[in-house]
Amino acid sequence: MNNTLEIKNLNVSIDGQAILKDFNLTIPKGEVHALMGPNGTGKSTLAKVIAGHEDYTIESGEVLLDGVNILGEEPDTIAKAGLFLAFQYPLEIPGVSIANFIRAARQARLPEGEDVNAVEYYKELYAKMDALKMDRKFTARSLNEGFSGGEKKRCEILQMSMLNPMYCIMDETDSGLDIDALRIVSEGVNLMRSEERGFLVITHYQRLLDYIVPDVVHVMFDGRIVHSGDAELAKELETKGYDWVKEEFTSATA
Amino acid sequence: MSDTDIQDKAINVDTEKGNFKYPENYEFDAGVGLTEETVKYISKVKDEDPWILDFRLKALEIFKKKPMPTNWADKDLENIHFDEIRYYLSKGQQPARTWDEVPDDVKETFERLGIPEQERKFLAGVEAQFDSEASYSRMKEDLEKEGVIFVGSTEGLMKYPEIFRPYFGKVIPTSDNKFSALNSATFSGGSFIYVPKGVKLKQPLQAYFRINAENFGQFERTLIIADEGAEITYMEGCTAPKFETTTLHSAVVELVALKGAKIQYITVQNWSSNVFNLVTKRGMADEGAEVKWIDCNIGSRLTMKYPGVVLKGKGARGEVLSIALANDGQHQDTGAKMIHLADNTTSNIISKSISIGKGRSTYRGQVHMPKHLKNCKNNTECDALLINTNSRTDTYPAITTRGENNTVQHEASVSKVSAEQIFYMMQRGLSEGEAMSLAVNGFVNELMKAFPMEYSVELKRLIDMEMEGSVG
Repeated sequence: MNNTLEIKNLNVSIDGQAILKDFNLTIPKGEVHALMGPNGTGKSTLAKVIAGHEDYTIESGEVLLDGVNILGEEPDTIAKAGLFLAFQYPLEIPGVSIANFIRAARQARLPEGEDVNAVEYYKELYAKMDALKMDRKFTARSLNEGFSGGEKKRCEILQMSMLNPMYCIMDETDSGLDIDALRIVSEGVNLMRSEERGFLVITHYQRLLDYIVPDVVHVMFDGRIVHSGDAELAKELETKGYDWVKEEFTSATA
Repeated sequence: MSDTDIQDKAINVDTEKGNFKYPENYEFDAGVGLTEETVKYISKVKDEDPWILDFRLKALEIFKKKPMPTNWADKDLENIHFDEIRYYLSKGQQPARTWDEVPDDVKETFERLGIPEQERKFLAGVEAQFDSEASYSRMKEDLEKEGVIFVGSTEGLMKYPEIFRPYFGKVIPTSDNKFSALNSATFSGGSFIYVPKGVKLKQPLQAYFRINAENFGQFERTLIIADEGAEITYMEGCTAPKFETTTLHSAVVELVALKGAKIQYITVQNWSSNVFNLVTKRGMADEGAEVKWIDCNIGSRLTMKYPGVVLKGKGARGEVLSIALANDGQHQDTGAKMIHLADNTTSNIISKSISIGKGRSTYRGQVHMPKHLKNCKNNTECDALLINTNSRTDTYPAITTRGENNTVQHEASVSKVSAEQIFYMMQRGLSEGEAMSLAVNGFVNELMKAFPMEYSVELKRLIDMEMEGSVG
């Protein structure tokens, strides 16, 4: 379908161990979906598989980005098709400055023979850094090298907003953030919310969802979604914990 | 301004750009193989003074007696067949003073390499050597008026013996190693430069060394003397076409920095993969003087090169900054030598190597501080980056320190570009090759800031070209 990121009957394993089991999820543009669940349930695997990570074996299924299957494509092809993954653990790239990295990524999206306009690029970069309360001196620093957890996550959001994706997957963006950083990062994300863009926010805790209020909340367990609801579901999970999900799921399948 | 802004003004020099040749058509040809007759022929066509011929013939004897380097060596050296090489090829002995006078095929060669354009843009003088002799040599007139001399080796020894002879073969004696002896017997071309007291050159002088002929040996000889308080930056570039047979490049470069003088010598070599590049480079730094080597080794089949500085006067400084890129089938055996011979001398070595595919890079360093010296310092950093699992790197530091308050610091690291780093960069839209290239450029980025901008641009482009096809 157009205007959706649609994951259909996705089965994924690693070293013979099934991780995603008939996973289904549809995210229309304009909506923010939260994916919650206990550790080890396959949330991060889902994010990486969609982005084209080669470590996983795809048994079956489709990932349709506006109706086009991107499953099995190279990560750069998927990125250029409009998918952005904010990493749980952003990688350090020594000697490559933030400004040069984002610029190279922008350049990669231009047709042959066209160049990034340096003046406009820096104007936009500085404005977005100001919004994320990042010191402008950061542009010259090596990407993620020696950054604190909060700085790394802010840098992910900066990249996300500079690359203008149609669908954003945020993998545990709240981990390693103090409350101030969490607020700033969330504001950055909220500014990007639009009818033209869909979000999948993966998180273990409800806390992030106080700031980025989701349209739909899904609970994932053992490789599939077992519950969906509105923002209230996240709060319910916060008070009840994940144990009731496990119990309910186990009894349902017993 | 950011680093990538530089890329917008890139000079168009890339690896494939050097891969072309023109038909051979030489007026002077010493034939194949090396005998006394070869050496006499070279000296005769150059119309040299008898003392120079004597110097050559003595060197030939030393060359014959000397074994191949056994200490710092590579087995591949055995594949050099000295009796199959051509030692002298030229179209004439006098370099032209304008590009219009340069023979068309030679002129086109240098135009394709972008040399006349660079000369107009940012150089104080250029010498362009085609096989054995310079085809073009010109320096800005105001420098001539200040007494700067910029000539070829023969012209230097013949016209200005009082200046050059006292230092010729003194920093690097003929018997230093087999290849310095070979060069001393057969040398031709190169640059002899004298910068008078207190004269500081604002723009660099440049030499470009081009090999066009197959089975050829290029033996240029360079001697740079910076008189007291003088300053000079010299840059050299090198290319050759890709041949089936091996080509030998064996230069000797001597630098003399007198009291308070500064010499900066920059090399960006981009040899094709059939070239044995065996070069001896050494500088002498008098009291308060500074010698700095910036050395970029890309291409060649085997490079053995260890620029050195003899810190002869109190407070002298020596520096070697080097980048080596060993692609599949290549061996970059490079490093540095710092010989401290006076108190309060300091030396700094920063070496970065990148090995791609089955490429191999080796760092060899010698730091010598004898017992009677005090307050000497050396800092050595060597970092290796391995691109593929079968890439190889080795480090052989040789450090001898004695004496009071002498300090030596050595740091070495080996790193790899991880699959996760590549995935991260590709997730942002970069292709695998672009991601790898960016990581490699990042690895050398700090060091590249020490280069003049025009050269760092060229180097970035060369690295990008080398990285293409190294992945996937």
